[in-house]
Amino acid sequence: MPDKPKVAFYWCASCGGCEESVVDLAENILAVVDAVDIVMWPVAMDFKKKDVEAMPDGSILVSLINGAVRTSEQEEMVKLLRKKSKLVIAYGSCAHTGGVPGLANQFEREEVLKFVYEDSPSTVNPQKTRPEIKVITEEGTVTLPKFFNVVRALDQVIDVDYYLPGCPPTPKLLKQALEALLSGKMPEKGTVLAPDIALCDECPRKDTKPSDLKYTEFKRPHAVQIDPNLCFLAQGIICMGPATRAGCEGVCISGNMPCTGCFGPTSRVKDQGAKILSALASQVEAKEEKEIDKILATIPDPVGTFYRYALPVSLLRKRIK
Amino acid sequence: MVSTNEQSTSKNSWEPRIVAFFCNWCTYTAADLAGVSRLRYSPNARIIRVMCSGRIDPQFVLDAFSKGADGVLIGGCHPGDCHYIEGNYKALRRVQLLKRMLKDMGIEEKRFRLEWISASEGERVKTVINEMTEQVRELGPLGMPERFADWDKELDILEKEINRKGETVDA
Ligand code: SF4
Ligand code: SF4
Ligand code: FES
Repeated sequence: MPDKPKVAFYWCASCGGCEESVVDLAENILAVVDAVDIVMWPVAMDFKKKDVEAMPDGSILVSLINGAVRTSEQEEMVKLLRKKSKLVIAYGSCAHTGGVPGLANQFEREEVLKFVYEDSPSTVNPQKTRPEIKVITEEGTVTLPKFFNVVRALDQVIDVDYYLPGCPPTPKLLKQALEALLSGKMPEKGTVLAPDIALCDECPRKDTKPSDLKYTEFKRPHAVQIDPNLCFLAQGIICMGPATRAGCEGVCISGNMPCTGCFGPTSRVKDQGAKILSALASQVEAKEEKEIDKILATIPDPVGTFYRYALPVSLLRKRIK
Repeated sequence: MVSTNEQSTSKNSWEPRIVAFFCNWCTYTAADLAGVSRLRYSPNARIIRVMCSGRIDPQFVLDAFSKGADGVLIGGCHPGDCHYIEGNYKALRRVQLLKRMLKDMGIEEKRFRLEWISASEGERVKTVINEMTEQVRELGPLGMPERFADWDKELDILEKEINRKGETVDA
């Protein structure tokens, strides 16, 4: 019997939600387990780095890697998996576009560490102890990975063949991707494995989206009674749908929450945040600077709202000092 | 990609680089007039002609900064004078929000400016470009491409370490 194709799963700076989404394949996961040999999956199986190191280069058919890259350990592991794999898929928003961990690119490394180890309300650390990346003890030397200054999407660190977008990707998209992989019918390298149209196109509220919007105020979802049938933008609630790739089938919309943009932009857009900024601002119902600013002030956090999942791959990448 | 080679990083030879998006009908014509009238203005502005200030996608502005612009200037028709009726209002609204966002990303306010300059205001083109050039000169280089390269050094360091490990294993 010929060897089954080898598959690896790996996680970097992530929340674990992407791992959940693999399990969400439900009974389909059995078919996957049947068809492939899983050679690495830290959340579920006990393979070690040395096991992967011992494998010949290119012997893994595909590595599905989720999470952003923030530490030297993550960098080392993804480089190792790249070497050992024919294909690498960036799995989920964090690997695809940097994701929520990427919002830390609004701060310097030192600001993050200082908050976490000194200033956060739940921290008691009078000695201001910080982790050391190397400590020599009687038993030997212990090391920790280095915490980088910049959060990166996967393709800012290694070559990536495909992207499965979403926070997390839906089981349907994962299933389609695995089927395409196992049958050898993969699209052109670099493809994002979701439709290349805006979410509005597949949104259940599409027909209620006005062609001519006029904003006099932006409302936040928690502060209003949301009409469950009307386009969010028509209600003055920011919806990232026009600047976000389709493929989720509007799961958030169906849950009566606006899209926050997790599928990233379509291929025609370079910078998702700039695109939605443009769409929203241009339809503000005012002509005087002061009036315009007053309306725009109802968006309290433009960077966090427009780049919720894509700051590391934005044109500016990171706040500068 | 715009080449960054011409911009030397050594302080004394550095010249501010300003990308200016000018509307075809007003500001671009005014810049032309300034030229014809032999008004001298600093050569630091690279003028890009667009049909209307409303055509300027915020991505253009970010792209210019990320490729080495030290300042970005937008010039359009005065309110009420846009040839496409509303284009300049759209531009103004985008600029107001973009200014806030740039500030949040650490880019100084004076690096980004919007001006209404009509076709007859050649003198104004000269004043605005000179003024902005001086303000940006004071701020110094923004140097995004250099910053990107600098940020990514933290990856190269590990790359070297891994390769070194690799050598000893092979040997
Ligand atoms: S803006 Fe949002 S709610 Fe409106 S159609 Fe697009 S995705 Fe649907
Ligand atoms: S609606 Fe938007 S945020 Fe929600 S899953 Fe779809 S793309 Fe992601
Ligand atoms: S035509 Fe000049 S700003 Fe629109």
